[in-house]
Amino acid sequence: MDYFAQQLINGLVLGSIYGLIAIGYTMVYGIVGMINFAHGDVFMIGGFIALITFLLLVSTGLTAVPVILLIVILVSMAITALYGWTIERIAYRPLRHSFRLAPMLSAIGMSFVLTNYSQVAQGARVKPVPPVITGGYTLHESADGFVIQLSNIQIVVVITTIVLLAIFTWLVSRTRLGRDMRACEQDQTMAALLGVNVDRTISMTFVIGAALAAVAGLMYLLYYGLVDFFMGFVAGIKAFTAAVLGGIGSLPGAMLGGLAIGLIETFWSAYFSVEYKDVAAFSILIVVLIFMPTGLLGRPEVEKV
Amino acid sequence: MRVKTPSINTAKAPSGIPALLKTAGFNALIALVLFSLMVGVRTEAGSDGQLTYWTRFGEVASLVAAVFGGSIVIELLKQWIGPTGAEKLVPPAVQSGMSFLGRYLAPALLIFTLLVPVIFYDQRYILDLAILVLTYVMLGWGLNVVVGLAGLLDLGYVAFYAVGAYSYALLATNFGWSFWICLPLAGILAAFWGVLLGFPVLRLRGDYLAIVTLAFGEIIRLVIINWQELTGGPNGVSSIPRPSFFGIPLDNSDNGLAARLGIEYSPTHRIVFLFYLILALALLTNWVTIRLRRLPIGRAWEALREDEVACRALGINTTTTKLTAFATGAMFGGFAGAFFATRQGFISPESFTFQESALVLAIVVLGGMGSQLGVALAALAMIGGFELFRSLESYRMLVFGMAMVLIMIWRPRGLIGHRAPTVYLTKAHAISSDLVKEGHG
Repeated sequence: MDYFAQQLINGLVLGSIYGLIAIGYTMVYGIVGMINFAHGDVFMIGGFIALITFLLLVSTGLTAVPVILLIVILVSMAITALYGWTIERIAYRPLRHSFRLAPMLSAIGMSFVLTNYSQVAQGARVKPVPPVITGGYTLHESADGFVIQLSNIQIVVVITTIVLLAIFTWLVSRTRLGRDMRACEQDQTMAALLGVNVDRTISMTFVIGAALAAVAGLMYLLYYGLVDFFMGFVAGIKAFTAAVLGGIGSLPGAMLGGLAIGLIETFWSAYFSVEYKDVAAFSILIVVLIFMPTGLLGRPEVEKV
Repeated sequence: MRVKTPSINTAKAPSGIPALLKTAGFNALIALVLFSLMVGVRTEAGSDGQLTYWTRFGEVASLVAAVFGGSIVIELLKQWIGPTGAEKLVPPAVQSGMSFLGRYLAPALLIFTLLVPVIFYDQRYILDLAILVLTYVMLGWGLNVVVGLAGLLDLGYVAFYAVGAYSYALLATNFGWSFWICLPLAGILAAFWGVLLGFPVLRLRGDYLAIVTLAFGEIIRLVIINWQELTGGPNGVSSIPRPSFFGIPLDNSDNGLAARLGIEYSPTHRIVFLFYLILALALLTNWVTIRLRRLPIGRAWEALREDEVACRALGINTTTTKLTAFATGAMFGGFAGAFFATRQGFISPESFTFQESALVLAIVVLGGMGSQLGVALAALAMIGGFELFRSLESYRMLVFGMAMVLIMIWRPRGLIGHRAPTVYLTKAHAISSDLVKEGHG
């Protein structure tokens, strides 16, 4: 039971990170109708920028951890968002009215560009970081000595995710930008006729998605203590799986799917085998698509001729 | 209410030098922010696990300058060429030249390919490269059945390549079966896996199908890595038997081919044999594809690519049609895999990564989906280009990705040409309005 509770905590933390990435997939899919294959790599870039900013701040002699974290989160969100904007501008916007597979292929190319760009720029070796947020709480200690731990970093990850989700939900449901986004999702032509700047809205979608992915990258860096140039690929597919599981296009669905994938992966590693945890996640993607193509919270798509 | 123009970028009316400089300056500023940390600060883990960093402002400056200069050039080119339309008209002279070229290029290329081992007999490097190119030509033609003809985006093609390679490697090393028995088996096994995957997922639409095939490719790779008792895990399978000339070994022994023919043994014989083997396999793929395209099933593939809903309305069983395309493509992937295993003598999961799938897909897309000659030329250009960049190991995937993006923007239908449906109405027939009125017929 204690072991189960501990895995539950670990799974929820991992799931929060996947959920943050999955939101980027689901938003872009909802509005533009394409799988932003490079989004996993945007997450990786976010992790790298967080690492570099962190390193620079520490070398200036700053020691207050909350201040450092705040600056790191802002800088990595800003720069990664610019990456997202640039990617959309270069690789996707010219193809918006091309045939279906074109943006997908362009996105695959972009994913290669980003992976190899960071390999060239930052080297192929894994970059470790010393634990920044240490300590934690012992929630429960059973008779046979098994301890349920809730570390501070896990608390930080979950709280950051909740805060960001709150801001994000407010943004989508209450602001002008959110209304534009929802309008574009329903009908781009009509939205444009009614005075919505479609191009800018789509750009902003990529920017917000990239900023959330940057936070996910930072959380990953803090939680696992490492980044490398290849981490975007697998994390990207899993986050996409999460988006599909939750129902692509649905924002709460993405978060729900992220949590589900995080939990499944953690429990699979804990009770079955660590080696096959990715196989489990990918198999779930296939199974979900076969039996529940609309996901948990998605709407069925009507095929128009 | 004021209706804003939906585009920011193309509606740039002022085109003088100040506007040009402004655009370039803006791009350079963005580049500066993008590169400032990622390129400007290089991090590295020291020997004691401590992170260190050093700055590289020179590189950032040159990159930003390159972006500045590049965007000026691009803007000037844009103004020169004028607005790019969706479809450009090709002058008739060029068109007839192209068709002339198209008619004679393929036979000329084939004759040249047949003569490659004769011309370059002493140059082992060129022969090896030619074998590699032909392997990718074969993979490209195989994937072309799925992507080019049936219009199904398959991102996990390498899975079937892996199934073929491991089928041969394991059957040959464990049971000592000959290459010529294993070759069809590898193809059948790969096709079987194609059906197994295809059966449940082929109901999905384009993008979803792409992701599922990608996931499938990853699953196969992860299983190969982790199922150590069978596949040897990351260490791979080694000492895979070399192919024999229909039972006669190509080695230095007394009953080898060289000894039987009474000529002096040379290791090049085996290379030449492998070259003709893959050439034969590739041509088989091509021939089968061309023949299939004239059969009802091929017509159904092309119809499916053009319009799935119309297909269904016309009574084509889309599931069966997709499944046959998938299985056919997978089978050729399996053949190529078996050849790969016997040529290398050693296989490991590293050869079957997603990059490989993307490379084959890029060949098909670059070649103009559906065009056989285009795929062959694209394979030659891609693999040849990779060889040119061999000295810049880490940059070549970067260049490859950039090329993929640029080609999609510039010529989304492929560099060399797009194969139109084999049969189509040359003249649009007007249909009387009373035939298409709603609620009737």
